[in-house]
Parts: sequence; C-alpha cells; structure tokens
Amino acid sequence: MLTGFLLLPLAGSIMTLFVPEHRKTEARWIALFFSTLAFILALVIYVAYDSTAGGMQFVDSTNWIQTDVVTLGFGLGVDGLSAPMILLLGLLGVVSVLVSWKIDEKPGQYFAWLLLLESAIAGVFLSLDLIQFFLFWELELLPMFMLISRWGSGRKLYSATKFLIYTLAGSALMLAGFLLLGAAGGSFDIQQLTESPVTETVLPMAVVFWAIMLAFLVKLPVVPVHTWLPDAHTDAPTAVSVMLAGVLLKMGGYGILRIAIPLMPDAALQSQDILAGLAGLSIIWGGVITLRQTDLKRLIAYSSVSHMGYVLLGVSAMGAVGFSGAALQMFTHGTITGLLFVMVGYFYDRTHTRQISEMSGLIHHLPKGGIIMIFAGLASLGLPGLSGFVAELTVFLGAFEAHPVATTMGIIGVVLSSGYILWMVQRVLHGPADPKWEHLRDSTSWPEWTAIVALIIPIVLFGIYPAILAEIVETGLQQVSGIVTVLEGGI
Amino acid sequence: MNLAEHLNVIGPAVALFVGSGTVLLVGLMLPRRAYSFTLTCLALIIAGIWLLVHHAAGTESSALGGAVRIDAFSNFFSIVIVVATLSIVLATRTWADTLERSIEFYALLLTAAASMTILTQASDLITIFIAIETTSISQFILVAIVKDDKGAEAGLKYLLTGAVAAAVLLYGFVFLFGVSGVVSLDQILSFAESAPEEYRLVLLLSLMFIVAGLGYKMALAPFHGWAPDVYQGAPSAIGSFLSVASKATGFAVALRLIYSGLGGGDFYLATDLSRIFVILAVASMIIGNLGALRQTDAKRLLGYSSIAQAGNIAVGLAALTAGSVSGASAVTFFVATYLFTNLGAFLSVHFIRSKLGSSELTDFAGLIKRSPLVAVVLSISLLSLTGIPPTAGFIAKVYVFNAAITGGDLWLVGLVAVAVLNTAISAYYYLRWLRMMWLDEPSGDSAIRPDGWQQTVLVVMMAGTVLIGILPNPLINAAKTAVESLI
Repeated sequence: MLTGFLLLPLAGSIMTLFVPEHRKTEARWIALFFSTLAFILALVIYVAYDSTAGGMQFVDSTNWIQTDVVTLGFGLGVDGLSAPMILLLGLLGVVSVLVSWKIDEKPGQYFAWLLLLESAIAGVFLSLDLIQFFLFWELELLPMFMLISRWGSGRKLYSATKFLIYTLAGSALMLAGFLLLGAAGGSFDIQQLTESPVTETVLPMAVVFWAIMLAFLVKLPVVPVHTWLPDAHTDAPTAVSVMLAGVLLKMGGYGILRIAIPLMPDAALQSQDILAGLAGLSIIWGGVITLRQTDLKRLIAYSSVSHMGYVLLGVSAMGAVGFSGAALQMFTHGTITGLLFVMVGYFYDRTHTRQISEMSGLIHHLPKGGIIMIFAGLASLGLPGLSGFVAELTVFLGAFEAHPVATTMGIIGVVLSSGYILWMVQRVLHGPADPKWEHLRDSTSWPEWTAIVALIIPIVLFGIYPAILAEIVETGLQQVSGIVTVLEGGI
Repeated sequence: MNLAEHLNVIGPAVALFVGSGTVLLVGLMLPRRAYSFTLTCLALIIAGIWLLVHHAAGTESSALGGAVRIDAFSNFFSIVIVVATLSIVLATRTWADTLERSIEFYALLLTAAASMTILTQASDLITIFIAIETTSISQFILVAIVKDDKGAEAGLKYLLTGAVAAAVLLYGFVFLFGVSGVVSLDQILSFAESAPEEYRLVLLLSLMFIVAGLGYKMALAPFHGWAPDVYQGAPSAIGSFLSVASKATGFAVALRLIYSGLGGGDFYLATDLSRIFVILAVASMIIGNLGALRQTDAKRLLGYSSIAQAGNIAVGLAALTAGSVSGASAVTFFVATYLFTNLGAFLSVHFIRSKLGSSELTDFAGLIKRSPLVAVVLSISLLSLTGIPPTAGFIAKVYVFNAAITGGDLWLVGLVAVAVLNTAISAYYYLRWLRMMWLDEPSGDSAIRPDGWQQTVLVVMMAGTVLIGILPNPLINAAKTAVESLI
C-alpha cells in the first residue's frame, strides 16, 4: 500500500513526461488523476491506521544493499507521526496540481517535476532507514530546483540556486552524521537505533547531533539559516510555494521528531535550551521582519519562518505535550499557509502585482476571494475554532514549564502575527476601492475553487474537532516522549 | 607451467596486442579503413570473452616467473578497461573515420588497453613500471592525434608531466628496492611485515614518490596540472579514455601495491600513508570543484570534475590504509560505476562536439528539444556525478564515505565532512549544466541525431548508471570478491 503511495505520483510523472507538448489538457488530467489517486490512498492509510495498536504499520521492507560492513534496508512504514504528514502531502499534491491548471508553458514537463517532487517527499516521510531517508531527502532537491528556476518569476535562477546550496550544505553534514551513527550502531535501521540508541561515536555525540540537526533546522527553517526561504517562495510558482510551505518545511520538523531526538536523546536534552532560544528568536525575528514586508508573497513567506518557530518551540520542551503541539502545528501550518499561498496566487493572477502598496480595497471587486483571504488570515493568526489555535495552544501548554522565556516570546509572536495579518488584510482588502482594479472579477474556474475548498475543510474540521488529528499524533509520539521522559527523570 | 598456461594468463592482453599489430599491418597492406574498426572491435571482444571466461572460472595463478598474476581483482579491472575501450571505439566511430590517422588511432588504443590489462595483473615493480610506460607512450601520441595547435599543446603537456611522473615513480620504486632488495610484491610483503623501524624515513620517502607517480595517473591534486588542459585539448574520445580507463588502472595499481605489497592496514606505515591520502583527497576535491565552478567549456569542466572525483575515490584509499575493511571494495566499486557515469557524460560531450564543432556549455542549451536521448543520458550522468539518487554515483559515494567513517579515525571523519560539503559545491555546476539542457531555449533549431552505435552505447551507459543505483548488490559482491582475491 505504501509502495503504491510512493509510486503513484512517480508513475504519473513518467506518463506526463511523454505527453506531446501541444496536448496540454491531457498532461493536466493525467497529473490530476494520479495525484487524486494518491490522495485517496493517503486517506485510506490515515483512516485504516490502527491507533490503538500504534507503531509502524503497513510495513513494506526488503534488504537493499549488502556491503562488508552493513546491510541497508529499504523499508516503508507509517505511524502516528507520519500518517498525518502523508495525508497532508496527498492533499497538497492535489491542490498543487489544481492551482497549476493554467500553467501554459510545457505543462507536461512541469507536472512531471511536480509529481516527482511528491514521490520524493513521500519517500522521506515513509523511510524506515537512515540512508534511504537521506536518498529521498536529496531526491527532492532536483524537482524543486527545476520548478523554481524554470517556472518561477523574478530572480528565479538565483533563488533556486540559493535553495539548492543551502539545502545541500545542510544535508551534506547530515549524511556524515548518519554514517557515524550507523557505524557506531552497526545498522541504519531507524527503529533499531531508536530502541538501542548509540551513545558513543568517534566524535562527541553533541557534534553528531548538531551535524544532523543543521539539515533539519535549515529546512524548517530557523533564524539565522532561513534566508533561502523568502527568496525561494517569492520566485516560485504558486503550486511550488504551496508544496514548499505545506510539506517541504515539515520534513525538517519530521526529521527532528523521527531521527534527531529519538536517536540521540541525550544530546537532544542537553541542547534543549539552545533549541528553545532559536525557536524564540525565529518567532520574534520572523514576526518583526514580516511586519516590514511590502511584497504580499514575501510577507506570507516570512510569516512561515515565525510559525515554524512554534514547531521548534514545541520540540524544545522535550515532553509529550510539546511534541504533539509541534506535530499538530506542522499539519495545520501546512493547510493554512497552503491556503494563504493559493490566495496570494489568486490575487496575483488578477492584479499582476504583489506590491501591497498598489493594492487597495480589493474586497470590493473580488468579494469571494477577499473573504477566503480573511478566513485564511484569521486561521493563520490562531483564531479559536480554527485548527491553528489548537496547535499553538498545545505548543504553549507543553513548552511553558520548560522554557517560560521562550514561550513568552512565542506569545508575543502571536500578537505580532495578529498585527501583520490584520494590517495586511486592511491594506490589501479594505480601504477605498481603487478604480484601476474595477475590471477584476472573482474566479469561476473549478480547479481553483476545488483547491480552495479542499484546504478549508481540514482547517475547519480540525479546529472544531481536533481529536481526530491529535489522537493519532499522540500515538505516533508515544515512543519518543517515553524516551525523553525516562532520560529527564534520570538527570 | 607450460607455455600454453602462461599464455592463458596473459591471453586477453596478448589478444589486444595482436589486434593492434594486425590493425597496423592490414592498414599498411589494404587501403580499406573499415577493417581497422572491425578488427579493433574483434580484438576487444575476444579479450573481453577471454576475461569473462577467467572470471567465471575464478582463475587464480601467477605466470612469467611471478611478473603477472591473474585473479578476480585483475579480471574486474581488466573488464572495466575493455568495456570502456569498446564503448569508446563504438561511440566515436564516425569521428574516427574522419581522422587522417585512424589506423594509428585504433592501433594505439589497443596497445594502451593491452598494457593497462597487463598493469592490472602486474605483480612486481618492474612489470608495473614497464606497463605504465607502454600505456603512457600510447596515450601521449593519442592525445596529439589530431594535428592542430590545441592537440599539440595538450600532447606536449601530457608528455612532459608524464615523463616527470614516470621518473618520480621509478625513483620511489628504487628506494623500495634499495631497502628491501626485492621487486616482487610477494617478497616486498614479507619484507614489509617485518621492516625494521630505522627504515621508516626512507620507506616513507619511497611511498610518497610512488603515490606522486600514481597520483598523476589518477589525476589527484597536486599532480593534476595536466588534466584540464589535456582533457580540453585532446579529442573527446581520448579524454574519455584517459578519464575512465587510465584512472581505473591507476587505482588498480595502487590497490594491488597497498594490499599485496604492503599488507593493507597492517603495515606499520599505513597510518602515515592514510594521512597522505587524506591530504591528497581533500586537495583534489577542493581544487577540482572550485576549478570546475568557473568553466564555460564542457570538456574542461569535465577535466576538473574528474580531479574532484579522483578525490572522492581517494577517500576509499585513505580508509583502506587506516584499516577499514571495506575501503578497497568501495574504491573498486566506485571505479566501476565511474565507467558508466563518466563515459555517459564524456561520450555525450563527444557527440555534441562532433556535431556542433564546439563544446561550450551554451551549446547544450535546450538539448532536450534537439536531441532528447543525449540530453537524458547526460542528465543521468550529471546526477550520478553529483551523487543524487537513484544513480550509481549516490551508492558509490555513500559506500566510500561509509568505509571511511567505519575506520573510526578522526582524520577520516574530517575527510568525510569535507567530502560531503564538496558534494554540495559540485551540485552547483553539475545542476546548472543540467538545467541549461532542460530549460533554456536551444541555440539552434535543427534536431541532431546520434548514430546507431552512439545510441546503443549511450543507452547502455545510462542503464548501467540507473541499474547500479537501484540494485547495487551484484556489483558490490563482484567488487568484494575482487578485493578478497588480493589478500
């Protein structure tokens, strides 16, 4: 089943590649077909996952490489931590195809890269083996680089290259860290290394921890290694921004919860204050920078930096509640920011500008779009009743005891985010109606609306009834919370 | 041992030598050039089959008074060399037909391949030296086979540096002979196992000279100076031969020397040797990658890239001498993947150059429209050179780095850190090239088509790169068996 989820987008990718260039509609439908199929499969996996039993389920695994020293497995499995990520990926996979419907430039190639991206990310979330995890982590770079540098706008090559270099530099040291862990533990199997963590390598554990952590922090991203993100976002096409903010950043948080903490719990516990500090810094710095943005898309991009700070804050608490908060925040941020980027694309497609100063009173001309934008904004600033609130609250509850200062910074961050979101809404949507936008009409195209509705549903659903998400997430985090609780008791 | 048995051991090389002579003779007597192509292929195929028979039978024996030794190791590398030569001959046929000296081209290619085959088997210092010289002399001429300024410059450069390298290597051998009094690797091994401490300095000096001499063959920095100029100036057919076959031979000799002659990680100077390799590997990766960043010519870029790749392979040598068991098999594996990966890249460049008359990176713009097959093959090769999955290059890098880390030596951990960061640098120029092919507008409208042989060879190279990337086990096992036969 999981192999199916991994291979479906890949199959679609290969098929769209062979669609002749002039038959653009066919490429779109093939991409939609395969991504929808993958989404349905993700939904089935999510629903069929037995959270009372817990642990890795639907495991497909085989021996892949045997060298003199180690055996590398190739295994796919899903647990309470990865199941929501898979669901999110499936959902955003469909959304990103839908919002790319109007791409007119070589849609065959475009969708091929987009679907390949989905497969690569699926591999990251499903991997049961460190080297395999690294393999998919690297595989995701190429489609992102191609998508941004070809179908982007502005300084697209610069941004794509910056993305590439940052990520590669981060992941390079991650490989070194993995190899050290594998050499000391005699295996690259994540489950095995979680059950009997490596306590000693040639280098101090703290060095190994930070070598691996760096890759995740770059991906998350955390101040001060976040500068690739605004550039990549600003110049990427809408669908790629959705995938980037929606699932790509989550690979960082996922890596921390799946690998960095369970495999090196001692080092993680010792570093928790630094992590909390970084989280607080990201939240505040990200928030302040966001306030100063004049470009609508850049504004949303920077708000991601601030919001992903909450994920790190939850993680740094090193406790069950904080971890849950972090995982919930990853999921909700994926849907909410995904929606925000879709809406930014929606406005940009009509006004052809992203400068906030040029927009004014857009809600008079685009009432439907305006309302959705306000909805997304409110979800983003954590309005109770929507899913963002639940996640942020859980993070604060989990983190307050361990890191009161950082948590306070986090709460200030909420105030900041109310500030930039509401101010943005006021400048873009309200104010006097500008006659130069009079010709604008709300969208009537079904792909766009399907995408929007598909994102609104989970935001409302998990806001009203968070248990369906929280329950499965908690099962997934039992093991790692157990490990750190035992260790904390020992300290 | 009777003559037939001796002949059986060196048979593949003899087949190639005889082939070379026949090509020359037939070329002299008959005016038809086509025969030289057919004869060359025939000789290579005979040698290849002979090697496969040895490989299947698991032959292990010495011949010619211990001068050569056939084992799984020599077979492995000889097969790499023969396959590389055959692929190059097939893929560059159209170009070779236009050569004024195509007969000499084929004859010399066969001589070089034959000497390389001997070199993988050579198990005493004298044979090693003579085989290296025979290889080099053929290559000096091959580099300058097209008589133009660039070719002449490249040839002269290669000749001069090659002569110095040979002298240095010989000097190292002399020192080794001076302290041990023997030339055969077996006897050197028994000397090395009990070498007295006071020989330390002279032995170290000798090893440094030998490493320098072989480093020239492998294009390891700081003995790499010739590589970019020669790769750019020489015909791309020869460039690919140098980068794959010649490099493979260099590593084969180094592995056999270290393992059969010095006892691998057990030698009391092994740690010093490992340090030397660490320094060379770091220098090669940094110089190669930084050099490649600025290049606008594809051939020159590949020249620098091949220096950087030599650095990657040398990580395995450093691991091996630091006592890591899988260092040697990692090097062996890497060299075999490099055959597919680098030939895919070089032969694609050869194709573009032969069609468009230049090999600037801008000539590759929009290649996916003009020649989809070549663009796809070259892309896969570039991904593999970067080390991005699912290609052979990814597995090879992980294998080599893993071997280095398991050694547990801090120098090696540092080396791996440098190596992985260099991978990030290399991604910049490899992927920039790849992007041009896929996303830029073509510089000319006309479609360009490779001929049948080129298509076949390119597809084989691509299939090899991808297949090894997905199912590496058979090749890993072959590499392990090869290395085990040395011990």
